[in-house]
Amino acid sequence: MLNNSFQDPGLSHKILNQISEYKKELRIMEVCGSHTMAIGKWALRKLLPPNIQLISGPGCPVCVTPVSYIDALISLKSLTITVFGDLLRLPGSLTTLETARAQGLDVRLVFSPLDALKIAQKQETVFAGIGFETTTPGIAHTIRLAQENNITNFSVLPAFKLIPPALKYLLLADDVEIDAFLLPGHVSAIIGSNAYSFLPAQFDTSGVISGFEPLDILLAIKMIIDILESGKNAIENEYQRVVSPSGNLQAQNIMNQVLYPRDACWRGLGIIPASGLAIKPEFSRFDATQKYDLDISYYEPPSPCRCADILKGKILPPQCPLFADSCSPAHPIGPCMVSSEGSCAAYYKYER
Amino acid sequence: MCLAIPGKIIKISQDQGTVDLGGISQEVSLTFIPQVTLGDWVLIHTGFAINIISESDALQTIELLQAVYAK
Ligand code: SF4
Repeated sequence: MLNNSFQDPGLSHKILNQISEYKKELRIMEVCGSHTMAIGKWALRKLLPPNIQLISGPGCPVCVTPVSYIDALISLKSLTITVFGDLLRLPGSLTTLETARAQGLDVRLVFSPLDALKIAQKQETVFAGIGFETTTPGIAHTIRLAQENNITNFSVLPAFKLIPPALKYLLLADDVEIDAFLLPGHVSAIIGSNAYSFLPAQFDTSGVISGFEPLDILLAIKMIIDILESGKNAIENEYQRVVSPSGNLQAQNIMNQVLYPRDACWRGLGIIPASGLAIKPEFSRFDATQKYDLDISYYEPPSPCRCADILKGKILPPQCPLFADSCSPAHPIGPCMVSSEGSCAAYYKYER
Repeated sequence: MCLAIPGKIIKISQDQGTVDLGGISQEVSLTFIPQVTLGDWVLIHTGFAINIISESDALQTIELLQAVYAK
């Protein structure tokens, strides 16, 4: 299929040569965990010249899900909890869903929120609604289906996160240094490239939306260099085969129908204004926070984990003293090691 | 977690479809891409087709790559 054309090693070398002509220091944050994985898998960090640094940002929804969220799910003893697989091993304040399951909690892995809705036709079911804009429309659609079909056994515990407010937060933080963003391909498939126009307009920062094949990423880096050399900040789109300027309007409509923006807590980063989505009052009977009176307010237990600094691009995973020592994918201490797309897990797998 | 995989649409019935994932077929919701037609390549994420992959745009990107390559 077409994607194979984006793996041509000959072309990669030519683009790398052109990238190497750029001699200034350049710090590019790849926001998306799938980019972090692709960069590791194709060893792009090693191939790039040392003046060009790729920094992994907060782009893994599991890694930024707060401790209190896991605690709230674990407190739901008498019903069925449905989750995407990555969430199983994320530590709460005392334990993980995986351990709680071994102790008898009914936790089931699902591939789609629609599978959770099917289970709810038989028993009281809560779906763990985590995700960025890529995942959220499907969950919003499922809530609407539950409403239409009056499936009252179904509810969602929301932990939806939005990417643009997180970028704003990172740029406003005084301890974060980023020259440009490698912007997420599949979040952008939903929100469109126009959603980033605030970056050049308000923050004098550029970004390029990129696909996930090695040539996509290298071409996007080359495009970032061209933008910087032109002296005029801009948002450009390398991933035009999937991402349009206005994004997927159907998906945006469904999100807007069912959800509304509110402040959200990101593990490691804290509360970011208007960076999450809550379930609208019209759909409140499908909101697990209300149905079960759950508290998912923010607290961060003390931990030696340095994920907070990693999510901000201040240190790289090997700089954490626990990395590949007491913390590994088999025994993750922090959230960045739990998810296969977390920065620490990606470094562990590909860059040790 | 935002990983999405490409598949080719081989059946459409209202807002449900079937995609071919290199020999394996899978049910997928088409609710976000009502304009889809048989034979389109789509990107699938958590059981939903999130967008149609434009072949002409893919070719354009490859041309752009060739142009960089030719320099
Ligand atoms: S290596 Fe482990 S402890 Fe260190 S920052 Fe990463 S997840 Fe946290």
